[in-house]
Amino acid sequence: MNMMTGAQILVEALKKEGVDVIFGLPGGAILPVFDVLYDSDIRFILVRHEQCSAHMAEGYAKASGRVGVCMVTSGPGATNLVTGITDAYMDSVPIVAFTGQVPRSMIGKDGFQEADIIGITMPITKYNVQIRSAKEIPYEVKKAFFLASTGRTGPVLIDLPKDTQTETTVPEFPEKVSVRGYHPDHEPHPLQVKKAAQLLLKGEKPLILAGGGVISSNASPELMAVAEHLVAPVATSLMGKGAIPENHPLSLGVLGMHGTREANKLILEADLLLAVGLRFSDRTTGKFDEFASDCKIIHIDIDAAEIGKNVPADIPLVTDAKRGLKDLYKALTELSDKKDNTTWMKRVQELRDLFRSEPEVKDSNLKPPKLMKELRSLLPPDTIVTTEVGQNQMWASLFFKVYKPRTFITSGGLGTMGFGFPAAIGAKVAVPNVPVVDIAGDGSFIMTEQELACSVTEEIPVVVLVLNNRMLGMVAQWQRLFYQRRYSAVELGDVPDFVKLAEAYGAQGMRVQSYEEFRKAVNEAVKSEVTTVIDVPISPEENVFPMVPAGKSLRETITGE
Amino acid sequence: MASQTWIIAALVEHKPGVLYKVSNMFRRRNFNIESISVGATEQGMARMTITITGDESTVEQLVKQMAKLVDIVKVSTLQPGNSVVRELALIKVHIPNTTARSDVIQYANIFRGRVVDVSPESLTIEVTGTSDKINAFIELMRSFGVMELARTGITALARGPKIIKVK
Repeated sequence: MNMMTGAQILVEALKKEGVDVIFGLPGGAILPVFDVLYDSDIRFILVRHEQCSAHMAEGYAKASGRVGVCMVTSGPGATNLVTGITDAYMDSVPIVAFTGQVPRSMIGKDGFQEADIIGITMPITKYNVQIRSAKEIPYEVKKAFFLASTGRTGPVLIDLPKDTQTETTVPEFPEKVSVRGYHPDHEPHPLQVKKAAQLLLKGEKPLILAGGGVISSNASPELMAVAEHLVAPVATSLMGKGAIPENHPLSLGVLGMHGTREANKLILEADLLLAVGLRFSDRTTGKFDEFASDCKIIHIDIDAAEIGKNVPADIPLVTDAKRGLKDLYKALTELSDKKDNTTWMKRVQELRDLFRSEPEVKDSNLKPPKLMKELRSLLPPDTIVTTEVGQNQMWASLFFKVYKPRTFITSGGLGTMGFGFPAAIGAKVAVPNVPVVDIAGDGSFIMTEQELACSVTEEIPVVVLVLNNRMLGMVAQWQRLFYQRRYSAVELGDVPDFVKLAEAYGAQGMRVQSYEEFRKAVNEAVKSEVTTVIDVPISPEENVFPMVPAGKSLRETITGE
Repeated sequence: MASQTWIIAALVEHKPGVLYKVSNMFRRRNFNIESISVGATEQGMARMTITITGDESTVEQLVKQMAKLVDIVKVSTLQPGNSVVRELALIKVHIPNTTARSDVIQYANIFRGRVVDVSPESLTIEVTGTSDKINAFIELMRSFGVMELARTGITALARGPKIIKVK
């Protein structure tokens, strides 16, 4: 190896990690790296706000299963990343973020555009590090990708003081790294697996709850094998949506605050819960103390700290979802043939028939549940859908059936409004050959709408479906239900005109007033070579039901009847 | 569950920011540190000894959250009954007259303390031992007047050949 600058070393290290795309925005403290990127084959996608670079990296990571990369400058560039990094941390999304920093001699002197991003991001990263000499770069980059993509995946941040980017050295690129405080591969304890299998076979009313861990470890086939062997219905958390095809006879849909009625009802009747790859978020469980309190619980998770954190487990298995389910399936088949759960499945079917047989409301207004069902029928099965946060997200969760893992991308833990559109752009970059649709609300879309500029100039066409109620809809719903309709600061009015807004950015805008126009617009939009915003005016009075009020147990589901 | 005192010992990477990572995690997850002592140990690592009060599930969750931090190499709980536990205190005592001076020196001897600094109006005494012993000594000194006090927080090792091993 020859002498190289820190910036050259960084770009070389990124190539060695197979990075072919970076989302971000340059600035003074990271200019040496951008100067090297000018000559490299790595595609750089210029965002219009740094927060979106992290969301794009998340969308890219979720859709592809690879690590997403974003890069910004110091100070405000770095602090603008904070929301995106927190979002990735809460949903365990593997991204690596690079930030520029003032030169080493200036650190701590409150220099221009200096922010202590290491201090700021410590609680929201899996790991973060400030580079102290160019020589450290190859090892730290390798380590960052290793940490981000293994174990419980998550965001890692590397802060690069400007003079470490210009400093020259002869780099040594490690083949692999090992970190003495980090052991991501947990093999499930064979005895525990056997005990879990025995317990599962004893259960008369077993239920499986699958979380995001099933999707991130690509464990859907293993999940299906276990579910079908036990003949156990499968509910998912919001992050687990897509772990089981939602048109499968065993699928119950999403459980929780805005879970399906059958899922929320059946968990109260089940005697055994197999929870895989999830952290028992309060949005999934409702009140912790009353969640599955009559159930024996088997909990599989890669993160030992999640076991017993919110909900106690009778049998814990610390391992990744794929390995855990694989071993469990093996133990199940050794112990018994496929189970016969006729009585339990009859009950499942009975509830499903009851809840799904309700006649559709005859109303000339465009109804979100029907729009979601229509949308599903218009899109190919492998279409990637992202969502914003709020009513739009919950309508999508309840009524848009997902058939494949990694095709439903949403902000679960942090609930970041503005997430869906940049995430859609990131997903489209990762998987360019399928349509990508962001199911949006007007309030959320306005938060990151400036990325229309990125989407148009970078030629990354996605579809944004704005369920436009001129309101911060979910907040309005809570005010309607729990605050006596005192609509405090939720009315957005008819501003902006989304058709004109799209056109102003060089995108395509459409407005639909009927289901027929809706179908036509969606069909046209998914074929379009330019990003299309479809404005779908809906009533501001729409609620998302069913709903479990915050802090209540799943027993207290409101159905809106 | 009953609340009690726990001693947690951790081997961590000896580099800048690690103490902050640990203490910040405590704050963020709503755990309260009673005392913490940190110093360099073998193999480029530092050893942290942390005491907390809480029930069994709290300490279990805390240890798991600590173990998750990449810079923490190894963490485990020590059983107070089966560990050598020490704290060091420096106590500057007001000496109004010669009787007080000889009394204080005598008390220090009883507690196996050492006089480490002398002035016409003060004595500074170093005392090590369990926190209880140090508390008792400080109480005794109050009648003379404690001018200033510095304590290290406890540090501890398991009794016998048992050690915290690094994989």
